[in-house]
Amino acid sequence: MEARVQGCVTCHGQQGQGTANGYFPRIAGKPAGYLFNQLRAFRDGRRHYTPMNYLVAYLPDAYLQEIASHFAQLRPAFAPFQAPAIAAPVLQHGRALVTAGDSTRQIPACVSCHGLGLTGMEPGIPGLVGLRPAYITAQLTRWKTGDRRATAPDCMHRIVNRLTDNDMVAVSAWLGSLPAPQDLSPDARNTVRMPMACGSQG
Amino acid sequence: MVSRQRSILLVLVVILSVAAALAGLWWTNQDRVPAGAAKTVFARDTTSAILAKGEYLARAGDCIACHTQPGSREFAGGRAMETPFGSLFVPNITPDDERGIGRWTPDEFYRMMHTGRSRDGTLLYPAMPFASYTKITREDSDAIFSYLLSVPPIAQPNRPHELRFPFNNRELLVGWRALYFKEGEYVPEPRQTTEWNRGAYLVQGLGHCAMCHTAINALGGSSQSKAFEGGMIPNQNWYAPSLTSNREAGLGEWSIDEIVNLLQGGVSHRGTVYGPMAEVVYNSLQYLTDEDVKAMAVYLKALPSPGEKPLPPTAQPVQPAVMELGRKIYSQQCAVCHKEDGKGYPPDYPPLANNQSIEMATPVNPIRMVLNGGYPPGTKRNPRPHGMPPFAHLLNDEDIAAVVTYIRVAWGNSGTPVTPAQANQMRSATVE
Repeated sequence: MEARVQGCVTCHGQQGQGTANGYFPRIAGKPAGYLFNQLRAFRDGRRHYTPMNYLVAYLPDAYLQEIASHFAQLRPAFAPFQAPAIAAPVLQHGRALVTAGDSTRQIPACVSCHGLGLTGMEPGIPGLVGLRPAYITAQLTRWKTGDRRATAPDCMHRIVNRLTDNDMVAVSAWLGSLPAPQDLSPDARNTVRMPMACGSQG
Repeated sequence: MVSRQRSILLVLVVILSVAAALAGLWWTNQDRVPAGAAKTVFARDTTSAILAKGEYLARAGDCIACHTQPGSREFAGGRAMETPFGSLFVPNITPDDERGIGRWTPDEFYRMMHTGRSRDGTLLYPAMPFASYTKITREDSDAIFSYLLSVPPIAQPNRPHELRFPFNNRELLVGWRALYFKEGEYVPEPRQTTEWNRGAYLVQGLGHCAMCHTAINALGGSSQSKAFEGGMIPNQNWYAPSLTSNREAGLGEWSIDEIVNLLQGGVSHRGTVYGPMAEVVYNSLQYLTDEDVKAMAVYLKALPSPGEKPLPPTAQPVQPAVMELGRKIYSQQCAVCHKEDGKGYPPDYPPLANNQSIEMATPVNPIRMVLNGGYPPGTKRNPRPHGMPPFAHLLNDEDIAAVVTYIRVAWGNSGTPVTPAQANQMRSATVE
């Protein structure tokens, strides 16, 4: 299978660990259901990133599922990355939103769905560790503009609408500063009750 | 540059207007809604054999590629086709009574396919390949129509085209048709085999291969005398190679099996499909029977080659430093799959040595492959294709030009050098 997915490696790394590039996301170890949903959305034009749309345009579901499962079961070490120096108050604000949320604004903590270790939850919720701030900020922005969407009810869209630009920068900076957790595996399906209904958990 | 474009445009407008006026005179004397060669009365044969045949032929015609918005409901239209003249929005061809073709008759459908006139007599823009579909038989047209009537009706309204002046005036199409449209069903060539004729019927008719593989001129027409001689695909920035020249995609030196593998599976020992041709294999050719694909291969292999002169080898000398840079990059980035000797591991990692698609006069396709990578289509014969990664973010324009130059001239390849400017130009090309 590794030979078949050489089309992915210059951006996502040989094992899906990510590369030195600040944008391309780590995909290794994300839940297979999440990766499959993304591959299908890229193929069918529901998620927009031209190089990805082009690469997977003519690949059938069964093969996309296989590619997703391949990267989902890999557990490579994090690609080396030097997080940029961020002011302490920004990191603290980010940490607060990620770990506790903000009940005054109905913003749930990231960890309440993405897992205490932020490694995601089967089958549809991605891990957030190992991603770079530039990628996370870009995705949050795309959720906010409506360019990125998920199956209804689209919980991320609701949440991101409650975030300010400063919130998004702080969350991205904090997530990008985290070291690799001991266990890189996503949480099992529905180990916790989620604060919002999410279509991608089907 | 701008003024030159303007003056070309002006000339175009004048030519089109005169042609339109002349042809209009002729046309007003004609029956505006000719019934075509139709003799069948309005009787819908809905037996499953007819429907299966119609579905198969609709696949062969690749109707779905244009008439379906990716990821959306089949045949409901709405997809934008970018042309040099503006955007065309492809119509709904589901059997919805109001928005689709639910109230059409088989006669009207045949007349549309055969003459390029819609149900109300409106002239169709030639983005609809009626110049090819005119060749299909009445029986095949009826089968396709029966099949389309059998799919779920979708009440999606058609979106008006957004064409710039003067191209938004359909009267101009009268002139276009006088120049580029020859109406008529395929006439079998009696000196050729049944198989060759079947191949010719599919390639020239439903396959509408000429839409890309014949150069499109400034009027959006393709000249019959240059049939299958290759050309740039407008707005997509891919070069559709000549099917006649053995220096491009001419198949004269290929075995029938290799051609069949390429058309039906998407990969072969000689090369791999990519770009717009990957779409054709994915949506259309993979579904055709072995017999039909073989017939197409027989016809394509036999296409006459236009007496080629070899390129003068010293026409564009390669700078030694460029060659060395290209060789180094090749060794680091490409050789692991395509091998140091360029022979690859076919069919999964295609050969670059003696690969026509690398050596063609225009370097557009190899540049784009290095920039964007690509996956061949996942097909019945090759459901889990091997893919090539993009290098646009790893290599600068000099690197891209050097490595593409290297693969175009190494191992006895007969291509010409590529400049960094040519590489840069393709960075902004639409990726499709």
